[in-house]
Amino acid sequence: MNKKTNYIVSAALLLGLLVLIFVLEHVLPPTSMLFVVLKKGAIYALVAVSMNLLNGFTGLFSLGQAGFMLLGAYTYGIFTIPVQARASVYQYFDGGIIRFTLPVPVALVLGGVVAAGFAYLIGLPVLRLKSDYLAIATLGFAEIIRAIFQWDALGPVTNGSNLLRKFPTFNSAIFPFVVAGICIAIIALLINSTYGRAFKAIRDDEIAAEAMGINLAKHKMEAFCISSFFAGVGGALLAMFQTTIQASAFKSAMTYEILLIVVIGGIGSITGSVIASFLFIGCSEWWLRFLDMDTYIGSFHVPLLRAGFRKVVFAVVIMAMVLFYRKGIMGDREFSLERIGNFFKNFGRKKTAAAKED
Amino acid sequence: MEFWNANLPYILAGISVGGQYALIAIGYTMVYGILRLINFAHGDVFMVAGLMMVYLSASLPLTLAIPLMMILTVALGFAIERIAYKPLRSAPRMSIMISAIGMSYLLQNLALYVTGGLNQVYPNIPWISDPITIGTAVTKRVTIITPVLTIVLVFALVMLINHTKIGMAMRAVSKDFETSQLMGIKINSVISATFIIGSFLAAVGSLLYFTNYTGVVPTSGAMPGLKAFVAAVFGGIGSIPGAVVGAFIIGICENIIKGLGWTTFSDAFTFALLIVILIAKPTGLFGEKNIDKV
Amino acid sequence: MSDKTNILRVENVTMQFGGVVAVDNLSLTVDEHEIVSLIGPNGAGKTTAFNVITGVYAPTNGCVYFKDDMILSNHPQGKMKKMYSGKNAGMYTRVMEKTPDQITKLGLARTFQNIRLFKTMTVFENVLVAMHMRRTSNIFSATFHLNGKEEAQMRADAENLLKVVGLYDERDENCTSLPYGKQRHLEIARALATKPTLLLLDEPAAGMNPQETDELTAFVRRVRDEFDLTVFMIEHHMDLVMEISDRIYVLDFGHTIAQGTADEVQNNPRVIEAYLGVQADA
Repeated sequence: MNKKTNYIVSAALLLGLLVLIFVLEHVLPPTSMLFVVLKKGAIYALVAVSMNLLNGFTGLFSLGQAGFMLLGAYTYGIFTIPVQARASVYQYFDGGIIRFTLPVPVALVLGGVVAAGFAYLIGLPVLRLKSDYLAIATLGFAEIIRAIFQWDALGPVTNGSNLLRKFPTFNSAIFPFVVAGICIAIIALLINSTYGRAFKAIRDDEIAAEAMGINLAKHKMEAFCISSFFAGVGGALLAMFQTTIQASAFKSAMTYEILLIVVIGGIGSITGSVIASFLFIGCSEWWLRFLDMDTYIGSFHVPLLRAGFRKVVFAVVIMAMVLFYRKGIMGDREFSLERIGNFFKNFGRKKTAAAKED
Repeated sequence: MEFWNANLPYILAGISVGGQYALIAIGYTMVYGILRLINFAHGDVFMVAGLMMVYLSASLPLTLAIPLMMILTVALGFAIERIAYKPLRSAPRMSIMISAIGMSYLLQNLALYVTGGLNQVYPNIPWISDPITIGTAVTKRVTIITPVLTIVLVFALVMLINHTKIGMAMRAVSKDFETSQLMGIKINSVISATFIIGSFLAAVGSLLYFTNYTGVVPTSGAMPGLKAFVAAVFGGIGSIPGAVVGAFIIGICENIIKGLGWTTFSDAFTFALLIVILIAKPTGLFGEKNIDKV
Repeated sequence: MSDKTNILRVENVTMQFGGVVAVDNLSLTVDEHEIVSLIGPNGAGKTTAFNVITGVYAPTNGCVYFKDDMILSNHPQGKMKKMYSGKNAGMYTRVMEKTPDQITKLGLARTFQNIRLFKTMTVFENVLVAMHMRRTSNIFSATFHLNGKEEAQMRADAENLLKVVGLYDERDENCTSLPYGKQRHLEIARALATKPTLLLLDEPAAGMNPQETDELTAFVRRVRDEFDLTVFMIEHHMDLVMEISDRIYVLDFGHTIAQGTADEVQNNPRVIEAYLGVQADA
């Protein structure tokens, strides 16, 4: 199966997925948890892939994702609140400084651009640091950004420590799927290009990569900015999903969750990040919710099951994965129709061989 | 004199919290020196120590609760190393850092589960939480005890490192991990000793810290932990005196900033300091340069 | 002196780390199409010299010319001004530094003492990634695959290179599954993919048995001829060195103690002393 057929079949599958969602939205009640999982899962998938691009494919251990999401979310919110609503949202700041509105697609892209811009500034000093220091420096920057956006002096722009709301949101899960899907496709194209190979070379052996003519500073900056761009878009999508934005929500815990998704899915696998994202969100928002409820079997009160147990189980599972299953679900492989086809072929072959022996 | 009177409470608070950060920072710097690992879970061990004290003191007298808390905290630090870090010693650096983050996540969620998300109130430890007057400021006695106790403990630790066999082993391991093993040093014992000492100091630190800031929540360890780590980096990662100096500087500056009215930025200050030091002198105030061989 | 074109000229290069002088006032030349070897006991400063020439370290003092253009130059600065214990301290006033990728772009490519292949990549991908530096596309056109022609050309060139070098059959295998000798060949092939004029080989025969060393000797010669290269090599395997080198420099404690053809060097008493030591009673 050559590359072109692969592309066409993958595109067809994705289209089929969108149709499926459309159908589900007309069949199931809109409050079904399935839609929460689909929407949030798609958004986190995008951010996880953007983090994987940086950590998994280029080998730059950065923990600043939450900060870039925050930048994207705020940029989107600030520029799309309808002019009439600004007075009530920015009630403590006389309606705020910004008095115009941008269309949603423009604001989404702008969210990414602003995040990438900050990434450029942060990257200049920080990208030459060793991996552990890079992690802490990016974490530190994310915290500084969070503090700045809670600062009341910037209120006329950011609304200080108050919520941003009343900006356009989406209803159908198709919207985040399409946006995230396009972004992830772009990242996949990048990975498969000559630049993607250069990033992987930097991850494998920085010194050898440099000796082969790859300018480390330039390529690391490119990876950093692109990753942050998509984290910003992801943040904007998250804002649309949550319908309110508040800086204090973008704590480092959010970055840790994204990191854990990346690890579960497999560092260096885009499909892994996508799958793991839906699994993670599904478990945390929906399937494992029962762990949080007081449950009775007959009159027997099942011990341990109460609020917060879900997250504990979660954390234990993650530790188990990190310790015993480090490669994650997909390791560093991608989804490949060829491989699935081969799997079934071999399966069939084994069965006929076993049957023959009888 | 006006400035002094107005800011004395903040400066005192700064010295106090600086000492508490120092006790946590030592744990970070020692572990990093030996394992090149940022022990993200260390701040949460500090928080768990606080929670343990809350629960133990509810059913035991303080004279039993305090030592028991220390023993349990040390056991926790030891266990974390054995469970989460030892199996990954030969794995790539990113894996062990992720394990540390995962451990931090687990401890915070366990605490959230056990406390039900409610703010726990630290027990009142007599004598150290008694109010005293210094100049024009009224504060708790713990404010004075902390820097003194910190310096005494640090002094004892430096003595241990420089004049005992286990201390020499620690210094050897932090200089060259593999060669130390080849020379017959029991790596596991050295690493365990490091975590035990670090956890013990964190337990003492928690006792002092939560006597001052009496609310204990699952996220109580995150900020002090991060700040303590910055202090360790600022002072030169691997250097114990450096970590202590860094911690006091951070504690004092942070509180002066609060005194000047910029409370939102008191946390951000610490991170700004981190960035500055990483750019200007990544090896920290007292650190040494490492040259990588190609 | 010959009327050959000079490719590399190292002039009074000193490399000092803190108080230790690793390379002491080293001067050497390499002319076009020559195979020149740098030999010497362990710790003599050979790899450090390579690292200076390829931009990994900036020299403490001295300069380097490539095809008669100055590419590197430095003099003791800052703290080093007081600590400098080498020679010719005042001779160089220009400061010209280069990063390793800039050096490679000029046409000097190197291999490493410890093999540094890209472990997660196949044989083909290792060579292909070395073609990246010759790209003309930017990250946008590359991402959206608008550089189809360039990408196809890179792939074709990589395939041809593998065929010439004899690694075509293994092209889709992970590079770590190759036997040791072939991994060394691959590292050389990868360096060749950067289309260099001068090839610097750091102990290419390290860890090889006599048969593998013979194969490597033939390989280096063939590569020099087919790709129109000049080769500058660090090596310890004396059979390879004596067999293949046009000229040899002998380094000890950071400075040259002898230079010349294989015969001249083999019979030089100072060289013998450095390698074998002096008799105790003499």
